[in-house]
Amino acid sequence: MWRTVRLQIAKAAVRSTNWISLRTGRGSGTVIGGMVGLTIAPGLLEALAANRRIIVVSGTNGKTTTTALAVAGWGDDVASNDTGANMPAGLTAALVRNRSPRAVLESDEAWLGANVEATHPAVIVILNLSRDQLDRASEVRQIADRWRAVFATAQSRGAVIVANAMDPLVVYAAFEAGNVRWCAPPTSWTADTMSCPRCTAPLHRSDERWWCSCGLVQPSASSYLDGTAAVVGDERFEIPVTLPGSFNQGNALMALTALVEVGVDVRRAALRMAAVDEVAGRYGVRRIGGQVVRLLLAKNPAGFAAMLEDVGGEGDLWVSINARVADGHDPSWLYDVPFEVLRGRRVRCLGDRRLDLATRLWYAGVDAYVDEGPPVIEDRVIDVLANYTAFSDLLRDSQPC
Amino acid sequence: MLRIVQVYPELLGTYGDGGNGFVLRERARRRGIDVELIRAGMDQLLPGGDIYLLGGGEDGPQRLAVVLLEEAGFSRRVAEGAMVFAVCAGLQMLGSRFSVQGDDEYVGLGLVDAVTTRASTRAVGDLVTTVEGTTMVGFENHGGETTIGASVEPFATVERGHGNDGRLDGFRAGRIWATYAHGPVLALNPWLADAVLAEALEMSELAPLPSVADQLYESRCRVLTRRAAD
Ligand SMILES: [Zn+2]
Repeated sequence: MWRTVRLQIAKAAVRSTNWISLRTGRGSGTVIGGMVGLTIAPGLLEALAANRRIIVVSGTNGKTTTTALAVAGWGDDVASNDTGANMPAGLTAALVRNRSPRAVLESDEAWLGANVEATHPAVIVILNLSRDQLDRASEVRQIADRWRAVFATAQSRGAVIVANAMDPLVVYAAFEAGNVRWCAPPTSWTADTMSCPRCTAPLHRSDERWWCSCGLVQPSASSYLDGTAAVVGDERFEIPVTLPGSFNQGNALMALTALVEVGVDVRRAALRMAAVDEVAGRYGVRRIGGQVVRLLLAKNPAGFAAMLEDVGGEGDLWVSINARVADGHDPSWLYDVPFEVLRGRRVRCLGDRRLDLATRLWYAGVDAYVDEGPPVIEDRVIDVLANYTAFSDLLRDSQPC
Repeated sequence: MLRIVQVYPELLGTYGDGGNGFVLRERARRRGIDVELIRAGMDQLLPGGDIYLLGGGEDGPQRLAVVLLEEAGFSRRVAEGAMVFAVCAGLQMLGSRFSVQGDDEYVGLGLVDAVTTRASTRAVGDLVTTVEGTTMVGFENHGGETTIGASVEPFATVERGHGNDGRLDGFRAGRIWATYAHGPVLALNPWLADAVLAEALEMSELAPLPSVADQLYESRCRVLTRRAAD
C-alpha cells in the first residue's frame, strides 16, 4: 500500500517538476522531473516500465535516429525519450509522460546496465561502440566488458539482443549471450577495433568478414542489405528510408529487426519508417542568414566518417566544432576523421574550435577558411556538419525554411 | 628520404596521436623535403625509420606494444640513432617499469630511467608546459605518476595540469623525446613539430612555414595561460 502511494507521489512529482521546469524556461523539462521522481521512489522507473513492451536502443552512433525509426515503424502511440535524455531520469520522465503499453527507449552506453535492469526490455538493440568523448567516458573496452554482464542477465529474463555483427566490440560483448539476432549494417569504421577486443591480437579482415585467431569471429547475420533490398529473417523487401546515407539504412535495418521481435509486420513497419525525414532537427533543411542549409550531426570519428560519405559532391561545405562539456573538452579526435576525402572542396570552419578544425584541414590538404563575416549566399542547399553543442547552436540560430 | 614511422596505430592511436605523423609529414613535404610516413601495423615487421612515433593507448594494448617492440628490436634501432617522439602510453613504455590497471607492474622497454606508478586520480584536462622558455600546449588524459631518474632531463616544466608529477613533464634522453601531451601535440605546437624535424634531419633551423596552425597555437596559448592566471 505504502509503496503504491509513494509511487503515485513520485509520478506526480515528475509531472509537476517538469511543468515548472518548462514554464520557468530553466530546462527542457525531461531530466529534472525524472530525478525528483527517482529520489522519492527509487523503484519508480521499474514500476513505470512494468507491463509494457519495451525496446532499448544503445550504441555510440545512431541511437537517437534508430529510436525514432523504431517508434515510427511500430506505429500508433509509442512512448519514447525522444529528447535524447538517455539516463534513468530521462527514461523515467518519458514513461510518466506517455502511458502507452509500447516504448522505445534510447540508452546511454554507460547506463545500459541500470536502464535494462529497471525496464526489463523485450529487445535490446546494440548498434556499435566506438570512441566518443574519451576525456569523460572510460575506454571503450571497459564498456564492452560491462555490456557482457548486462546481456547475460537480460537474456536470462528472455530478452532478445539485436546486435551489429560487423562491429567486433559489439560481438565481443554479445558473443556468448544466447538469443541474439545478428545484423550486418553497412560499416566503414574499423579504427577502434583493429586489434581483437578479446585477446588484443590483430584482427583479420576480408571483404566478407573479420575474424581473430582466438576464435572471436564475425557471426553470420540474419538481417542484412542486399542491394536496395533488406533481408530480415525470412522476409525480403525494398527498404524505403528517406534519411540520407548508408549509415541510416543500417539503422533502419536494426530497428526493423527489433520490431519483428515484438510482433510487428516488417513490411508495414518499413513503409511507416519511410515517413521519417528529420530526427530532432538532424537532416532538417533550415535557413541561416540568407543561406539554406541542411543540418547534419556527427559527434565523433565514426559518426563523421559515416557523415562525410553522405555529403559527397562538390562546392562549399560548412563544418562547426565545439569542445564544451557535452562534446568532450578535447577535440584531438579531429585527427581520426578522414577529412582528406574533402580535398578539392572549400570548407568554412565554424564553432568555438574553428582554428583546430582549420589546422586539421590544412594538414589534410583541404582548402579551409575561418571566416567571421557573413558568407556569400549560394543558390543551393549547403551541408553543415556539426558536433553536439555546435549542432544545438545552429539549430537555435537558424529558422525553418 | 626522411622516414617517419607511426608505430602500431591499432594499439597506440587512441587519442588522435596519429595526427603527429600527418603533421610531421606535411611540414616536411611543404618544405620540399623528401618524406615518407609509414603506418607500421602490429602484424608486420617494424620498418626502418628516422623518426618513430609512439602514441597513447589503452592499458592492454600498451602492454602488448612493449612485447612487440622488444621482439622487433626497437632498442637496437634507437641505439643506431633513430629519433623517438612519444606521447603518454608511449612515454610510459620507454621507461624501465610501469603500472596500469590495478597494482600490477610491467617491465618497460628500459630505454630511459623512468618509472610510472598508478596515480590516485586520473589527470584529465589541459596541459600547459614550458620547454626551454617556450610555451607548449596540449591535453592530457592518463592515470600515471612518472618519476624520472636524477640524471634524466625532463622534457618540460608544468605550468598547468599534471604531466609526470605536477611539476615536470616527460623526458628528453638524447634523441628520445616524450611528453604526456596529446592534442595531437605537434598539431597544436607547430614550433615543436619543426624542432622534431630539425633534430631528425640534424639541421639547426628550418625555413618558416606560416599557416593557420600558428594562429591555433597563439589562440590556445592565450586561452590557457589566461585561465591559468585566474
Ligand atoms: Zn582474439
